[in-house]
Amino acid sequence: MAPPAGSSFIIRSMSDNASLVQQDPVGLRRELATLFVEALNLDVSAEDIDPDAPLYAGGLGLDSIDILEVALIVSKQYGVQLRANSEENQQIFRSLRHLAEYIAVQRTK
Amino acid sequence: MSARLTEPLFSHESPDAVIAYRGATAVSAAQFLADARHLAEWLPAGRHVFNVCADRYRFAAVFAACLMTNRVNLLPSTYTADVIERIAESAPDAFCVTDDGRCDIDLPRVRVAQDFHAAPVAWQVPAIDAAQLAAIVFTSGSTGTPLPYRKTWSRLARCVRASAPRFGLSNGGNSTLIGTVPPQHMYGFESTVLLALQSGSAFIAERPFYPADIRAAIAAAPRPRVLVSTPIHLRALLCGDIELPPVDLVVSATAPLTRDLAQEIERRYGTHLVEIYGSTETGQIATRRTAATAAWRLCPGVSVEVGADGAFAQGGHVEQRSALCDVIEKIGEDEFLLRGRTADLVNIAGKRSSFAYLNHQLNAIPGVLDGVFFLRDEDTPGTAVSRLAALAVAPGWDAAALVERLRDSIDPIFLPRPLLLVDELPRNATGKLPRGALQSLADKHLK
Repeated sequence: MAPPAGSSFIIRSMSDNASLVQQDPVGLRRELATLFVEALNLDVSAEDIDPDAPLYAGGLGLDSIDILEVALIVSKQYGVQLRANSEENQQIFRSLRHLAEYIAVQRTK
Repeated sequence: MSARLTEPLFSHESPDAVIAYRGATAVSAAQFLADARHLAEWLPAGRHVFNVCADRYRFAAVFAACLMTNRVNLLPSTYTADVIERIAESAPDAFCVTDDGRCDIDLPRVRVAQDFHAAPVAWQVPAIDAAQLAAIVFTSGSTGTPLPYRKTWSRLARCVRASAPRFGLSNGGNSTLIGTVPPQHMYGFESTVLLALQSGSAFIAERPFYPADIRAAIAAAPRPRVLVSTPIHLRALLCGDIELPPVDLVVSATAPLTRDLAQEIERRYGTHLVEIYGSTETGQIATRRTAATAAWRLCPGVSVEVGADGAFAQGGHVEQRSALCDVIEKIGEDEFLLRGRTADLVNIAGKRSSFAYLNHQLNAIPGVLDGVFFLRDEDTPGTAVSRLAALAVAPGWDAAALVERLRDSIDPIFLPRPLLLVDELPRNATGKLPRGALQSLADKHLK
């Protein structure tokens, strides 16, 4: 990995709607999709993301830099610190649905 | 009389000295030696070893086993099918050593055990022939096909030993090196594996990825501890508001850090940050304390000459005179400044600048979080001058004011037309910005 200088890890400020705490999994999933599309500048609309597609390459096509950014989003927004060495990690990134379920359980805000 | 010149496999003087940490377990130099000897007997025939072990301890033990049996580690920067095929062609005896059961690299493969506990062997630090070919590294191929560079053991060992004092590691102080970079990458190879072996220090086997992993790895590592990382991880730590336990030194390489970011790291974490300049071809050739100076100080014995055909490094551990990809301004016998990359030259209406220089000016403006210049695709009529465009992430700025600010440092001919404010730059997997992605993002904004 050879990241150039000036790469951004800044998360966009969230809209008022998105910052409302979402308790239902579907709402949380949609909220995550919106955050990802904005923060990762994905060329899809949030509604078009298949909740069961893998997040890594082949599915949503996220790479390791995106995944770092996802980690920042979920830590800032939900107070969840992702860890690579947890057994759950493979599971979490299997799909948006899995990630949302994980966050729903782990969130502290 | 011609005494055979050798360099020791490692510089740890006591068999009990710690050479690595695997999780919470300290691995002694004696155990490392036993594990390496065991692997040396276990490795199949064939001299060229594609060592893809992700675990830094397994990588280092395989590397040591290869050194002891006159085998050569192959360290390409990517594992694409093309690269593997080229390796197989150039070295028909090559095989792959992996620690991952899912590895599907198309070479004969052997898988190392997850854990080694080889029986003790007699304590004698192997003396490796100085002229022995230890590794072949490959340039990343952004300029075309990957090119091999041969690394002899003496040059590798001397290089990191000569530079160790820059990191406060000269006296076998048994620092703990925490690397967020893989051991196969030249920077990670030198600054975690080789540096630990040659300075009596220890590396941690894991490679922390998430900010929380990095924090946990630091907390678990005995002091003094050194974080060996990249601008991208350091930024993630800062932006994630991650508090760190005390870290005695931070090392960064792979892309230049701005002074602001370096100062923020030092202030926030109460540490020193040393940046390394180098390349796959040359290994590390200079360092600087980025928070304090823009000047790079050359590693002992290395010299840089600047001529009409660019800058070249030679001497010291540099195996062969190598062209450097950056515009270098010497400011003394052993110091220089970077003035952008030569591959990045931009020429408009007879004036020359570089994208790196322009990008640096843009990113140096307070409030600009990320920014890049590029040459737009245009159906320009014959006489029109090609113009640059720029994309910037700069909340709170408006585009016109930003361009006015740039005017202070950039020749008007290079000012962006247009400068577009965006939320994020379209970086790819390696953090680079393909021009096509810039163009399409710009097109989207111009619609």
